[in-house]
Amino acid sequence: MKILVPIKRVIDPYAKVKPLADGTGLDLGNIKFDINPFDEIAVEEAVRQKEKNPEIQIIAVSIGGAEVEEQLRKALAMGADEAIHVETTDPLDPSIVAMELQAVAEELQPDIILMGKQTTDNDNNQTGQILAARFGWPQATFASHVELGEKSATVTRETDTGEETLMLPYPCLITTDLRLNEPRFIPLPGIIKARSKPLHKRERQTSDTPRVAVLDYVAPPGRSGGKKVGSVDELISELKAKGVLS
Amino acid sequence: MSKTLLIAFDAGDALNGAAFCQQSGAYDVIQIMGEPKLDLGAESVTTWNLPSQPPAEYLANALKDTCANYTRVVAVSSMQAKDGLARLAGLLDWAMITDVIEVVDETKFKRPILAGSVITTVELNASTCLLTFRPAGFGQPTIGGNSKQESIKPTFTGVTKRVSATVREGGRPDLSSAKVVVSGGRPLKDADTFEKVIGGLADTLGGAVGATRAAVDSGIAANELQVGQTGKIVAPDLYIAAGISGSTQHMAGIKDSKVIVAINTDGDAPIFDAADFGLVMDLYEAVPELTEKLKK
Ligand SMILES: Cc1cc2nc3c(=O)[nH]c(=O)nc-3n(C[C@H](O)[C@H](O)[C@H](O)COP(=O)(O)OP(=O)(O)OC[C@H]3O[C@@H](n4cnc5c(N)ncnc54)[C@H](O)[C@@H]3O)c2cc1C
Ligand SMILES: Nc1ncnc2c1ncn2[C@@H]1O[C@H](COP(=O)(O)O)[C@@H](O)[C@H]1O
Repeated sequence: MKILVPIKRVIDPYAKVKPLADGTGLDLGNIKFDINPFDEIAVEEAVRQKEKNPEIQIIAVSIGGAEVEEQLRKALAMGADEAIHVETTDPLDPSIVAMELQAVAEELQPDIILMGKQTTDNDNNQTGQILAARFGWPQATFASHVELGEKSATVTRETDTGEETLMLPYPCLITTDLRLNEPRFIPLPGIIKARSKPLHKRERQTSDTPRVAVLDYVAPPGRSGGKKVGSVDELISELKAKGVLS
Repeated sequence: MSKTLLIAFDAGDALNGAAFCQQSGAYDVIQIMGEPKLDLGAESVTTWNLPSQPPAEYLANALKDTCANYTRVVAVSSMQAKDGLARLAGLLDWAMITDVIEVVDETKFKRPILAGSVITTVELNASTCLLTFRPAGFGQPTIGGNSKQESIKPTFTGVTKRVSATVREGGRPDLSSAKVVVSGGRPLKDADTFEKVIGGLADTLGGAVGATRAAVDSGIAANELQVGQTGKIVAPDLYIAAGISGSTQHMAGIKDSKVIVAINTDGDAPIFDAADFGLVMDLYEAVPELTEKLKK
């Protein structure tokens, strides 16, 4: 069984990021980057499945400039077997990422594509669904539990009102939610071993340009909070004065 | 300009989405579950009247051909909207924009990125597009109209099998559209305490209950209560945060609240920077006291 895990290099989700004063981009001085947390969960899940079934082969793929190699190496250190780097500095949007991932998957013929539900920098939450639809594969987004059977995956997913469990015949696509697992701490031998694992480079296979482009970046209007009250009674009278309590 | 199609998952969703659609001009609605409750001025409302939400694969297959008659297919941001509409984007090969907070013009939209730390203006370089939007920024809809109504039975195709589903509806208002939300964080000891303390105050105020990811992760609160960047976005008149530090990821979900109250023992917690009223106090004292006094 083959699992393809697309991963994205994103701005550290805990970093405080501000737009540049002229609005043309983000101020990325001193900002660290990491694997998108949801993608890290996807890699972790694939590795845990492999621990149960050693026949599983895990291939991580990332689309981007030379710098994404760092995140691919991390995926290898976590336990992925191989990595593919689709080298490009072109602007991307979910449609293009999906098209490029489709091209990779058409060659590799994975049984499962396991990826993050959303990137914590762009917050699109689209790419997995677009890719699944392009293939006509069944999808289970926002997975909190995954069981891989002989012919199908059984996935418990989070919904707006609770949970549901879906059975997806292979090949299928699954996107991860936070509660699926907690990614492991990578031991040093893993990092060293990752250096000798194969990392293939290839070019973009499609030539579309983004359908959605960012024009400018601004800071959101701030909230002017900060007022402290001394007691529950004071809080109640303030809220009444504001008209939010009757 | 051609018509917009609103995909409403139920009657509440149709109401939440109406103001956006009314501002965009003429629109039609497809409502998946339940009967329409109010006439919200759509040209036509087609109800499917299903007993439960279909998996995205079925939904998208059933909607695909109809969507081709429109240039904009929209839905209120929710997990099911992202699941289904993004799949439609792939089927139709259309562009998609998630979490629109403002419409600048026909091809330009504003949306937050990086957990709401930055607002971008994005431009659509395509004639057709699906989008999800957050209703908070679009005001109240006008009620009344003479919508043409029909009920149809869609044809479902797909290979996904639903084994089981849990729908938890605690009888409380819907979190995403509630006027009052009371949320709890990590320091709530266990599910019972959470329900008693946070649920108790919420019920006294007729409000919904929310939680941080930390509370959900430790099994104190149900997953669908998570508020934030990767959970639900709320915009109540009153948001009460008890035992919540105010991480960027949590704040991303509550910034549109009219009044934010923070109850936290740590006077330096970041939530106080955004809270309209901060009370530095142990939540186990403050929340029950507040609940008692509001009951009177
Ligand atoms: C990819 C990603 C996505 C995320 N998405 C979300 C999201 O959507 N929503 C979300 O909420 N989080 C999200 N998080 C997690 C987020 O970063 C924080 O870890 C989380 O919000 C913290 O929850 P908390 O405030 O309950 O806990 P803490 O940060 O631990 O804060 C607890 C607070 O309670 C106070 N306290 C302790 N005891 C008491 C008491 N007795 N009375 C009063 N106050 C007390 C403490 O002073 C502290 O400020 C995400 C994280 C990542 C990496
Ligand atoms: N440049 C990229 N390279 C590889 N995978 C990506 C890339 N961008 C997005 N993805 C994948 O798509 C998922 C959803 O991204 P998005 O739709 O942008 O929120 C991510 O969690 C990744 O798994």
